Amino acid sequence: MGGLRAAETLRNSGYSGELVVIGDEPHAPYNRPPLSKEVLAVHVDHAAVAFTLSPVLDDVTWITGNGVVSSNLDDHTVTLADGRVVEFEQLIIATGLRSRRLTELGRPARGVHAIRTLDDAIALREVLVPGARVVVYGAGFIGCEAAATATKLGTQVTVVGKGPVPMLRPLGRQLADDIQRRHEAHGVTFRNNTRIVKILGDDTVTGVELDNGEVLECDVLIEALGSLPNVEFLTGNDIDIESGVHVNGTFHALRADGTPWPDVFAIGDVARFPIPQFDPHTRRVEHWNIPTEMARKVGRLIALSHGEDADAHAAEVAKEFAPIPSFWSDQFEVSLLSYGLLDQGDDIRLLEGEVGGDCLYGYYRDGKMVGVCGIGLRQRVMSYRNKVGLNFEPE
Amino acid sequence: MTLKIHVDMDKCQHYGQCVFDAPSVFRLNDDDKLEYQSTADDSERENIQLAIEICPMQAIKFVE
Repeated sequence: MGGLRAAETLRNSGYSGELVVIGDEPHAPYNRPPLSKEVLAVHVDHAAVAFTLSPVLDDVTWITGNGVVSSNLDDHTVTLADGRVVEFEQLIIATGLRSRRLTELGRPARGVHAIRTLDDAIALREVLVPGARVVVYGAGFIGCEAAATATKLGTQVTVVGKGPVPMLRPLGRQLADDIQRRHEAHGVTFRNNTRIVKILGDDTVTGVELDNGEVLECDVLIEALGSLPNVEFLTGNDIDIESGVHVNGTFHALRADGTPWPDVFAIGDVARFPIPQFDPHTRRVEHWNIPTEMARKVGRLIALSHGEDADAHAAEVAKEFAPIPSFWSDQFEVSLLSYGLLDQGDDIRLLEGEVGGDCLYGYYRDGKMVGVCGIGLRQRVMSYRNKVGLNFEPE
Repeated sequence: MTLKIHVDMDKCQHYGQCVFDAPSVFRLNDDDKLEYQSTADDSERENIQLAIEICPMQAIKFVE
């Protein structure tokens, strides 16, 4: 999506030169949010989730099913899986993330699934049949969304998570406790403070063994263990790829000494960038609006760098990138909406509504609101959007 | 020129992401459901295009 939006912005901002979009998946760009819902629940295919391609992209060269496996940034080249070498003048890295998998435990050939790509979701849909016993490993957003969807499809779900409650780090204790109770009311079972130490089954998964010795029999194991940035193709270059591609405020990738690569940019989930209204630290933000907002800026920056108007380019460089991260999540009747960086808050206050019903929490640090999150009450949550950040004085 | 806008309400999940890009066209009502104007002035084109792109369900489009 980041690559698509960057390509669109480049064209819409006047860049008319050659444009190549490279991806490792076999599909043209598609929309991921429906994967854990519609794609699992009803039979849809790529066409149903494909992004509409703007006519401005008609002369773009698409290379799909053939990802970049290595690169030489000094030479301005990337090498594709099939061995082809592609030269670039400027490179936008929008390689995103992949699911973290449990490879170290070994696994049977069938019954172990992830949810990240369209093909993942289609494969999982086939096995979520009524009566199936499902173990979800990982109690973050994706794991809990999968648990809710699988339960609605008539399966029996157990969520295994290493924390004391699901979604503790992103949501804080109050909301996490509340949402666990709501899951349990729908029949989901939790095994918190636990890890899987063994996956059972020869050809097909038959169960998992937990670190406390308990064995959970299952037909399906869903690994929802978070994600890893796709940066391996950059290995061997002088570039900081610790926990994502480190970029500055104009999304230039940085060398180990902090100096920017002039022609290499990174955007979206794979980029580790500063959000100045919070603090000087850099972080990856796996939130919906980030790839699109970064793509728009990098597209304009690069298009203007090819144009005649140096002042317009300087103005775009100077324009501070200060996005307000936003996410939502649907789990049974719980519809979460959030703005800001909830995990930066150490003081969480119930601002509106009540525990167990629709409710709205403010997340504070040093008395300043760093995030807001609600169950329901969307219009109210949205009203706090522009009050989030450490450069606002407490009210 | 007047723009015509259509939202597929079967797809729409009322996330409200469009509201910030084109507040003159989209809003959440008191029940947190999306309401929108099906026509807008051409001056809103760019904002609506941003709303179309940011829609998590890809439910918004221009009607030709």
